[in-house]
Amino acid sequence: MINPLPNTHTQVVYQRPKSLTTAVTHYCPGCTHGVSQRLVAEVLDEMGLREKAIGVASVGCSVFAYNYFDVDFVEAAHGRAPAMATGIKRVFPDRTVFTYQGDGDLASIGMAEVMHAAARGENITIIFINNAIYGMTGGQMAPTTLPGMKTTSSPLGRDIEMTGMPIRMAELLSKMDGSSFVVRRSLHDATNIRKAKKAIRTAFEVQQQGLGFSLVELLSTCPTNWDLTPNEALSFVEEKMIPYFELGDYKVADAVKALKL
Amino acid sequence: MQTEIVIAGFGGQGVLFAGQVLAYAAMDSGKHVTWFPSYGPEMRGGTANCTVIVADEDIGSLTVRNPQAVICLNLPSLDKYEPLVVKGGVLVLNRSLINRSANRTDLRVVEAPANELAEELGDKRLVNAVMLGALVEATGVLTMAAIQKALKDHLPAKHHDLLPANFTALEKGAEAARRTLAAQSA
Amino acid sequence: MAKELLKGNNAIAEAAIRAGVEAYFGYPITPQTELLEHMAARMPALGRTFVQAESEVAAINMVYGAACTGKRVMTTSSSPGVSLMMEGLSYIAGTEVPMVLVNVMRGGPGLGNIAPSQADYHQMVHGGGHGDYHPIVLAPASVQEAIDITVLAFDLAEKYRTIAVVLADGSIGQMMEPAELPPMAELKKHLPHWAVTGEPGRARRLLTSIYLNPDDEEVTNMRLLNRWMSIRENEVRWKEYFLEDAEYVVVGFGTAGRVALSAVRAARAEGIKVGLFRPITLSPFPEAQLKEIAAVSEGMLVVEMNAGQMLDDVKLATEGLLPVEFYGRLGGVVPFPDEILGEIKRLAAGPIPNQNGHARQRWLERLALIKERD
Repeated sequence: MINPLPNTHTQVVYQRPKSLTTAVTHYCPGCTHGVSQRLVAEVLDEMGLREKAIGVASVGCSVFAYNYFDVDFVEAAHGRAPAMATGIKRVFPDRTVFTYQGDGDLASIGMAEVMHAAARGENITIIFINNAIYGMTGGQMAPTTLPGMKTTSSPLGRDIEMTGMPIRMAELLSKMDGSSFVVRRSLHDATNIRKAKKAIRTAFEVQQQGLGFSLVELLSTCPTNWDLTPNEALSFVEEKMIPYFELGDYKVADAVKALKL
Repeated sequence: MQTEIVIAGFGGQGVLFAGQVLAYAAMDSGKHVTWFPSYGPEMRGGTANCTVIVADEDIGSLTVRNPQAVICLNLPSLDKYEPLVVKGGVLVLNRSLINRSANRTDLRVVEAPANELAEELGDKRLVNAVMLGALVEATGVLTMAAIQKALKDHLPAKHHDLLPANFTALEKGAEAARRTLAAQSA
Repeated sequence: MAKELLKGNNAIAEAAIRAGVEAYFGYPITPQTELLEHMAARMPALGRTFVQAESEVAAINMVYGAACTGKRVMTTSSSPGVSLMMEGLSYIAGTEVPMVLVNVMRGGPGLGNIAPSQADYHQMVHGGGHGDYHPIVLAPASVQEAIDITVLAFDLAEKYRTIAVVLADGSIGQMMEPAELPPMAELKKHLPHWAVTGEPGRARRLLTSIYLNPDDEEVTNMRLLNRWMSIRENEVRWKEYFLEDAEYVVVGFGTAGRVALSAVRAARAEGIKVGLFRPITLSPFPEAQLKEIAAVSEGMLVVEMNAGQMLDDVKLATEGLLPVEFYGRLGGVVPFPDEILGEIKRLAAGPIPNQNGHARQRWLERLALIKERD
């Protein structure tokens, strides 16, 4: 017979964050959306923001984010989440307003909205999922698709002579005077996931302190549309994506540095 | 009873403001009134005009094909509007910038060297006030007192030092109207 | 409050402020820019939200976000800008949040010009955005009516959780007329039960226009439709002039209605028994009222500053009970009263002229002659 440990020694080390609902996500096996949404939820819990947060979902695989976060949510048109978030934040400046957008949404159809939100120094937080592809519509070329990468709309591989090079959003947004905190992290292993969470935490702190536009770009996987196994997909992020989309802090305004987080 | 007035000239001649003074005076006199400008690119330095309609009942159309009175501050305005004024209507010409008389003989034509008169009064911006004075005298659409009151009430406060000069300009215009109409009927 | 001489665009903006609009998002475009400028001058001073967006696309989506908070929000634009807003309008309709849009129409299609036009009737009244929805569309014909309608638009939008459009044209926006503004209303103290507000102590709220299950989307569409039926039942507005003994009826909205009023008065002075019916709600359209009038009149003349867009609705409403003729000017041309007087005389000369073909075709032929003459 095994002696049960006395109750005083049991300890919960892992549970569903309160900021997540109990809904089962629709994400494919090996997709990192679940990881990134959990990180956001953990940060909202830890900062006590769950009941004052308003999320803006976008269009793409991230469209169902509103089903998974147990916070007030709205659902934007494709690419327009930063505009919608602006509308909310301006009438409720004391709420925590964030968008959750993919790369097609943010870097293609929503380029104008995100650039101008940054230019205005809009005091919102953007979680930007870069998986180099359009996931929801079945794997078309995104503005972030790597050169030579095969997608259903670049069946011979992305031809940069015809389509140009992938857009590096973090670098681009860091050049805007209005942005305060713009960093790129990756979700391909535990170490990087921990770094990603810290960045998300900082981004929300920046908003809490009223320091302006914050964005965390997260390199993510799409095993289904990349036609890779989950493990291969993680390696793809590490070996193919990171060399082009280098991880790092692209913009940390002095006021953010002064937070000493 | 309805009077339609067009004020036409170059942008910068005070066309729109003259019309507004007329509209304020009409409103304060208990009349129905509409003020409708030409607007857009032509406002920026090109030709400008506005239509002011003063009436005893609510006003329908904001514009008419054949107005009863037209102030022409420059030659293009005369060329455009002379054929359109109703028979027996009033045409007020700024002869400083218009080098011909009216061709029609079935109109009451008032002529005033508005730029010279304005400069004599020390401010070339008074051109519109001279022309307005002439129009009011020739048409009797509103009283001169109503126009003066409208100017006093609606000229921006920072320009109130110009009020006496404006009143004199109105009177100079009225004088020109009396003089040229008398000559015309003689 | 005493009457002031007000420009239409400024009057609409100030009316919205006094009706308690808390957030305005817009983008400059002639001939409505004074509206944006008025908001820029007034809203921040009142501690309310003003944002000049980077585009009309962004502006309407900012409105969408702010509308989800349940506060009074609006945007304003002119035809090409409103075309850009169609995406957001459809989402707003699908999410069932209230908002007010002011469209100060100009000549089109395309870049067109900045002159007054009514060519966006179909776009505003019969949709524009994708999906099955009906906005309320109100057409003012004077500065005073623009003020009153703007205030009403907010109330109706909230009552029915719908889009309310103030559909003016360039001349309503640019003209000045004596008018009286309402007193400053208090801002809303209570936000609606559906508003996304990020407040503690209650279940989370979600506002969306996505219903992936067609059965759910059908339920949503039926809810929208039932609301629309109730709007049709209760919110039809119009104005009549000289209809008591009228044998002939002119139908026109906004500026075209004003021009028609001048023509009708002139025709009355000549002894012609003609009246004017001016719809104020273009959506819901005064169908029953027009049908009633059609049953006791000899002929109808629809006057518009477009190629006969409301004409289609008048013909549907009058169910062939009487001949319906049309007169319009296009591309930003505003008709003079004498043109419409000529059309009234033609109708009243009787018997009603040849009804072969479509009223639009007959008008095109007459217009060609009129343009030649003028």
